[in-house]
Amino acid sequence: MTGSRKLLIFGGMAFAAFGMLYGLQYALFVEHQTLDHMGGSLAQSFSAAASRNLEQSQAALQQYGETKYDYVRQVDAHSHWIGLAMLMIVLGVIFERVNFSEGIRQLVAFSLLAGSALFPLAVILQTYHHGAAVLRALAVVGSALVIAALAATAWGFARPLK
Amino acid sequence: MPTIPRPMQDSASFAPVKSARGSSGFATGFEQMSARRLYIFGGIALIAVGLLFGEIFAVFILHQNAARQGEALVAASRAVAAGNAAAVNEVFASLGNLLEDRGTKVDAHVHMIDAGYLALLLALVQPYIALSRQTKKSLAVLFIAGGVLLPVGIFLIHYVGLTGSPFAAIGWASVLADSAGALLIFVLIVQAWGFWKYLRSRQLSEPELPGFELPDEDSMPRRALLTGGTILVLLGFLHGAYYAGTLLYEHERMETAILQRMINAATARNLDAAATEVNNFGGLAGARAVNIAAHSHIIEFGLLAMLLAFAQPFVFLSEKWKRRWVKLLLGGSVILPVFVLLELRLGLLAGGIADIGGLMVIVALLGMLVGILRYAGGLDAAERDAAEDAR
Repeated sequence: MTGSRKLLIFGGMAFAAFGMLYGLQYALFVEHQTLDHMGGSLAQSFSAAASRNLEQSQAALQQYGETKYDYVRQVDAHSHWIGLAMLMIVLGVIFERVNFSEGIRQLVAFSLLAGSALFPLAVILQTYHHGAAVLRALAVVGSALVIAALAATAWGFARPLK
Repeated sequence: MPTIPRPMQDSASFAPVKSARGSSGFATGFEQMSARRLYIFGGIALIAVGLLFGEIFAVFILHQNAARQGEALVAASRAVAAGNAAAVNEVFASLGNLLEDRGTKVDAHVHMIDAGYLALLLALVQPYIALSRQTKKSLAVLFIAGGVLLPVGIFLIHYVGLTGSPFAAIGWASVLADSAGALLIFVLIVQAWGFWKYLRSRQLSEPELPGFELPDEDSMPRRALLTGGTILVLLGFLHGAYYAGTLLYEHERMETAILQRMINAATARNLDAAATEVNNFGGLAGARAVNIAAHSHIIEFGLLAMLLAFAQPFVFLSEKWKRRWVKLLLGGSVILPVFVLLELRLGLLAGGIADIGGLMVIVALLGMLVGILRYAGGLDAAERDAAEDAR
């Protein structure tokens, strides 16, 4: 088995297990509380408005927005880690058919591995630093690495065998 | 490096007869109740049932649920205008219920399909899992059981709630779902360990099993599935990057802004303006939902197409029928996400066409499953004949 395939299959299995573990701990310890908090904040915002306490209403609405921002990113990171892991394993199985030299295949595999690690990680880190430009840039770099690797793979599949 | 199975003729004309341990490497990798067979049957069944559940949800629950959410927000605005905080809390209790109803059904749909994908993936890598045959079979049974119980548990969360639960926020259905998730993780970790053992020793636990290299045969169904699948995944990534780069943050800002305007209008007892904002909120929720659904479905269908390329040698159908199923699958894989996106412009017409696209994928999947069942049946019959001959 070539190095590029090992990288993709083993990396993919590791990411899948990690993504699931992350999702499990989130579901067990964080998700229910977050959903309660999110719904509670929105209800409190309307309830405070009914009591004509507009300051409290606005604060609760802001809290709702921030909690939802975190929730969306946590779920996105979990699903993207597992999704990218599955893609890596599938591509690992057929990577011999990517018609490039093994050196280039390793580069493409590494790009996919790095992007698959970096993109969800940067998304999760955004929950600690809302709107941080560096983290948004890291997420863009991660997704660009995945897209470039996939485009190269598609090109490699399309190249006729010599 | 393990032996690469020698090229074989197209499976349309390759009958799984003569001997259960016949000349084809794929036959030996697909013996009765082997781990690989369990993963392939279980995986395709999980995907088909998950897709069917999604179709039923989209047709009978999704839009009705969204309409009820809108009605709840209008009621909340009226309660705010009337200065009735208790009524607001009542409305939000029912809104939370609606959101949980919708969320658990979406999660059940997604997790069932994903478990199916993972099962197909595990079928592929079985030859390189350096564990005993019996252990691999047991792991396959555990995985399929986890793949069924996880979405069932998620589905039941809304109905079971906290009934009889000793926990503050987690009900028994959540416990079932989480336990099933832990089971899947356990199986995956053991599989990774088995793969690690293989990498260290280079010893296959079942040397007679073929590797997972594709035969050199270049059939149209397999080529179309591989190329089409890669293109679908790439399109999905590009759409996701576009959405995240241009719309995601704007939509997040818009959501709180719309809610703020809704509250302000209700506080000022301007119920018409509040109702307009409820409509805007619904429109925004719809825009987000269709973009995310299109992004995830096109990638999932791409992966599915690539995975099914590996299952083609097991599809015991004529070349003509294999081509038909592949065309139907790829057609549906394009139609569903494209028309989901068009729902914002064309409304329910596009939704209906998207549902037909989903149905096309399900029918193609079931067609291939029938082919695989025929293949397995042929192998089992040959195995029985061989055993009788030996007697």
